[in-house]
Amino acid sequence: MTQLISLLTSAVIFGTVILYGAVGEILTEKSGNLNLGMPGIMYLGGIAGLATAFFYEMYTPSPIPALSLALSFLAAVAASMLGGLIYAFLTITLRANQNVTGLTLTIFGSGLANFFGSSLTTLAGGVGQISVAATSQAYRAYIPALGGLGNFGKLFFSFGFMVYLAIAIALIAGWFLGRSRVGLNLRAVGEDPATADAAGINVTRYKYLATCIGAGISGLGGLYYTLDYIKGAWTTGSAIESLGWLAVALVIFATWRPARAIWSAYLFGVLYWVYNYIGGLTRSSVELFKMLPYLVTILVLVVVSMRRSKEAQPPRSLGLSYFREER
Amino acid sequence: MTSHEPLIHIAKRDGMVWWRAWLVRLAAILLALVVCALFIFSVTRMNPLSVYASMWDGAFGTSRRVWITLRDMAMLLCIGVGLAPAFMMRFWNIGAEGQILVGGCATAAVMIYGGASLPSWALLLLGTAVSLLAGAVWGLIPAVFKARWNTNETLFTLMMNYIAIQITCFLIPKWENPVGSNAVGIINQKTQAGWFPKLFGQQYMLNVIIVLALTVAMFLYLRYTKQGYEISVVGESENTARYAGISVRRVIVRTMALSGAICGLSGFIAVAGSGHTISTGTSGGRGFTAIIVAWMAKFNTFVMILIALLLVFLEKGAIEIASKFKLTDYASDVVKGIILFFLLGSEFFIQYSVRLRHSHKKEVQA
Repeated sequence: MTQLISLLTSAVIFGTVILYGAVGEILTEKSGNLNLGMPGIMYLGGIAGLATAFFYEMYTPSPIPALSLALSFLAAVAASMLGGLIYAFLTITLRANQNVTGLTLTIFGSGLANFFGSSLTTLAGGVGQISVAATSQAYRAYIPALGGLGNFGKLFFSFGFMVYLAIAIALIAGWFLGRSRVGLNLRAVGEDPATADAAGINVTRYKYLATCIGAGISGLGGLYYTLDYIKGAWTTGSAIESLGWLAVALVIFATWRPARAIWSAYLFGVLYWVYNYIGGLTRSSVELFKMLPYLVTILVLVVVSMRRSKEAQPPRSLGLSYFREER
Repeated sequence: MTSHEPLIHIAKRDGMVWWRAWLVRLAAILLALVVCALFIFSVTRMNPLSVYASMWDGAFGTSRRVWITLRDMAMLLCIGVGLAPAFMMRFWNIGAEGQILVGGCATAAVMIYGGASLPSWALLLLGTAVSLLAGAVWGLIPAVFKARWNTNETLFTLMMNYIAIQITCFLIPKWENPVGSNAVGIINQKTQAGWFPKLFGQQYMLNVIIVLALTVAMFLYLRYTKQGYEISVVGESENTARYAGISVRRVIVRTMALSGAICGLSGFIAVAGSGHTISTGTSGGRGFTAIIVAWMAKFNTFVMILIALLLVFLEKGAIEIASKFKLTDYASDVVKGIILFFLLGSEFFIQYSVRLRHSHKKEVQA
């Protein structure tokens, strides 16, 4: 039982990172933009939040955790939206190819974040690794009375606030895309921009806003990773990148539905961690288990394309840029 | 509200003279270098001009450095050449990363299991064959689904990368040397069995020769053969291709097998010709960078040489700067990203002409 609870809690924590990424990406893709720069955007969000907390804790004699939390949160959103803006400007205004621009953004974002992540302390004249313990504690705070309710409390109330925020954002995004007028307009843009344009929808504005807001949400995944998941530190390397691609996979798995992304994200978390709870695995067979989320995603991709069901398809203009004069 | 004209008027150009197009691209690179200089200056407080001087030194300073730059350029170019036919067909092969890795794993397997029993030339031939085959299979899987059910290839090939990465991680503990290091180490270090031989006294000469031959061959294939023509027709419009009696499915499957095979071969070159080991870093993001190389060169493999050289130069240069200031190599990715953003943006000014409202009024078309 304890094993099951610990598998489920680690799945929720893992799932939250990619849930942010996926919900942001769904919003972006619904406008017809396939933003493969999402891993880069998650990097930008992660490093911006971490660096803000780092400098705040360093230059303030007695840092207030709540203020540091607010500052780093805003910095992460701002940095990732800036990343989204670069992508939006290049693909929407300058009509550059979406895939190539996205991949460039991923290279840029991961380079910038890893560069500052590993040299921030050197640049600030210090030694050792970045550590923002106080701020990270604020991110991971939960209500002790609820979190202490045995297994039940552990499973539902022992997480930092961003776990619940992710669920809330996903539910709101689901409502927005499925029920609100603006959301339906957005989907029209992603399905057929020319028709949406003719109906009087400002295609450019919708694409810009969806891409930038989507990037802001995705970036929170990086923030959650640095300040909660790995407790206010930086790991140089491609950890966030592989999570970012997993989030892209999650978009497919959830068939472009934010609400479905919630349980899918936790399922990915279970698939990813399950090797820990199966006895008798060697160091190498563990790696085969880590393949599971990707294999399952391919399966979904193939099944969706075979069934051709109307509901589960990617937005029809996904990946194409729109130029009114070229109709 | 009065009826108003937009401030900026954008129209598609008929086509720019080639030298003007290259001037635009050159201007973009110069602008990007200014932005990069600002970034480097803000981090290191170093005079930007001497930064570029030491970048040059890092890439071409000694003859050894020149050869390493050439080796890495050949690797990037090889992947770009592999991607060219797929992209010309408008098939988004984002899976080069995985195709390199399976090719590299296949080569490593040949070197490890055959190292003691087979002569070096046989290992090289066998390595070539299995890496081509492994890469082709990795490219074929998404292609078959694309051809039969129109499964989204961008996302499929992307996922295939991670499957290949996990297979590599699965193999590393099996082949690790020394035990417990979780790394394969240099394969056949003493015997050098299955390593590329030195040509003309240069260790990496063979890498460069193979890739240049591929570059020329691919240029000719795409431009002058029937199959190359079919690829470009399918890329322009699948309906046209069907109308002209081209079997779109067959072209997709055949082209992706070719594309994957060449990417697999670059894994062979990386393992047998330069690293002599296998790790997830054998591809190291080059599969993604090469996508940009192939796209920017508009599938012209000779232009790819220039772009690959530029990117590798920047990478080597930035690494040199970073090590001087005890900073990390990731600076090179930042610089690369900035240059590519500018180059991507510059294409717009080559394809479209932008006029302001006033100048537009004089040339209103009837």
